[in-house]
Amino acid sequence: MALPKYTEPHYRIWHYFYLFVCGCVFFFLIAPLFVIFPLSFNAEEFLVFTDGMKRLDPDAFSTRWYKDMVYGTKNPWGLAAKNSFIIAIFATIGSIILGTLAALGLSSRHMPYKGLIMATLISPMIVPLIISGVAIFFFMAKVGLAATHLGIILAHIILGTPFVVITVTATLSGFDHSITRAASSLGSNPFNTFMKITLPLILPGVISGGLFAFVTSFDEVVVVLFLAGLDNTTIPIQMWTGLREQLSPTILAVATCLIVLSVLILVTAELLRRRSERLRGINR
Amino acid sequence: MSSETGKILSTDGIPLEESLKQAERKNKIKAFLLVTPLLLFLIITYIIPIADMFSRSIDDKMVTNMLPKTYKAMEQWDGKELPPEEVFEAFYLDYKILVKNKTAGKLQTQLNYEKNGFKSVLKKLARKQKKFEEGNYKEQIMKVHKRWRNVEYWRAIKRRAPAYTYSKYLKGVDMYSNEDGKIVQVAEDRRIHRILWSRTLEVAFFVTLFCFLMAYPIAHLLATLPMKYSNLLMICVLLPFWTSLLVRTASWMILLQQQGIVNDFFVWIGLVTDDSRPEMMYNKTGTYVAMTQILLPFMVLPLYSVMKTISPSLMRAGKSLGATPAVAFFKVYFPLTIPGIGAGCLLVFILAIGYYITPALVGGASGTLISNQIAYHMKSTLDWSFASAMGLMLLTGVLVIYWIYNKLVGVDNIKLG
Repeated sequence: MALPKYTEPHYRIWHYFYLFVCGCVFFFLIAPLFVIFPLSFNAEEFLVFTDGMKRLDPDAFSTRWYKDMVYGTKNPWGLAAKNSFIIAIFATIGSIILGTLAALGLSSRHMPYKGLIMATLISPMIVPLIISGVAIFFFMAKVGLAATHLGIILAHIILGTPFVVITVTATLSGFDHSITRAASSLGSNPFNTFMKITLPLILPGVISGGLFAFVTSFDEVVVVLFLAGLDNTTIPIQMWTGLREQLSPTILAVATCLIVLSVLILVTAELLRRRSERLRGINR
Repeated sequence: MSSETGKILSTDGIPLEESLKQAERKNKIKAFLLVTPLLLFLIITYIIPIADMFSRSIDDKMVTNMLPKTYKAMEQWDGKELPPEEVFEAFYLDYKILVKNKTAGKLQTQLNYEKNGFKSVLKKLARKQKKFEEGNYKEQIMKVHKRWRNVEYWRAIKRRAPAYTYSKYLKGVDMYSNEDGKIVQVAEDRRIHRILWSRTLEVAFFVTLFCFLMAYPIAHLLATLPMKYSNLLMICVLLPFWTSLLVRTASWMILLQQQGIVNDFFVWIGLVTDDSRPEMMYNKTGTYVAMTQILLPFMVLPLYSVMKTISPSLMRAGKSLGATPAVAFFKVYFPLTIPGIGAGCLLVFILAIGYYITPALVGGASGTLISNQIAYHMKSTLDWSFASAMGLMLLTGVLVIYWIYNKLVGVDNIKLG
């Protein structure tokens, strides 16, 4: 954003000040994430940069915390990772199915009470997590699903569907319904029409909603804190416990892995968004 | 087509109007059926349990169920003088069962809430009642402890007769109803909940303000830069957005600790000396800093999506008509971004007001919010009805804000990413 030649000096100063402020904010946003990365390779047990690290001495760095994360005895991370993935994958599948169906219904112009139903469907996103946690805990305890995987999966479906509903509804807002009518007039049954025509077109929305649902489940602590027993511990629960009790570098090793995972998700989400915009003919 | 020429018929002989109506109805049902699975699922597992929190929060059947005979006998008693013999007898019989079932402790605790000193009186009665003879229970009970002669204690029992109470809500705002049934405030040094409510509002307000002040310039930059640069910078916003909340909180715990990098930096530039490093974590500062960074993307994204739609020629037009850049900004650009500001602020405020994880980890004692109190009562004191009452009070606040949000922006305009 180069300034034109005729800019007066005080606007020039103002402009550089503005860029400086923006730079600071971007730094504030992104820098904290990069602290974790070097410290997770710390050879010492402290969570500060040792003198050796500042001199970039190779002896000051090690991968011992990563080894500890994977092979460490009585280490909870293996079980936690397994549980986290199982729960997140099933919760994502559930959210996608329920959310996509609901979004298809909501996008129909024949849908009665659209506003009220939409508000109900996305309420888990608006209600503070702690209240959702309390309510879901009461329900799961009543039906005997507390401290079970199924209970946590159902809870995460509740929290994940709003994202799918929102993203799929957004994709459907540019959807040309005459295509599906054309398909049915050519003799396709509704199921085939959906699988061959509608689904491929709304797939970017479905997947990005699914990504949101996955991340929500994978990162969720509050509700799991109420619901989880010892066998259902997840990565966030272990991190929560670790952060409350003693901050060990092993947690930073896990955190680094999680950051790598979020980079992957970010790239996928961004590619999907662009593809979706291209498909719907939105060019910027 | 007028009605005289007869109705238009569709191919199968049904009037067209009716046929269309049928099709419309069919479509309506179809659309509704698609929504039904999710709607039912949410109503059963989510909406009803939240509503159930309300009945739990006002539920006070415990004492009522423990003293059924007493409350039956008390119906006739006006509460002015000591109750008649029947009440004493009924109370003795009820209490005897409780002692036998070893549940008298619960009653003692509950009645002690109502009137201080009740616990010891009841405990003494539990020991002595074994030797009671039949008949004239009034005399025998009054002999156990002189406080049984005090009508205040009997009134305290009667106050717990209703199966429902709003006392948990009063407790949530540091009030209670006293012996005369009047609603009064608790002693000044015990008003902890009001401090928490105001702190929650204060933190939510300032976090929203900080987020707005920081997000506005960068959203503007992102919206005006050419795509190839803005896409790169957008990563700075989206990467934290997608990163685990706990990871981000952990990084703040490392940065803000006393030997941490932020303190190192302060020492290095000479702001503080090495031996007077300020405590920046486990207090409100930590909560503010960490929450602002964590919620900032939620402010940037709606602002960005609104600013993206504002044509740069509007500012140029304003300037060409003689406005200085500042005037053009405040008269043209800023008003156009108000929908984005509204969306971002309300989103951040709603999220901040119910925040739990970050304050619990970096907030210490002076930085915890109302959510932490709810979790504390859920997990530690097990006073679930109080937790429910506090949760519903918080929910009411959030719903009011949500309603405003809906009026201003519309819920279906929420944009993600």
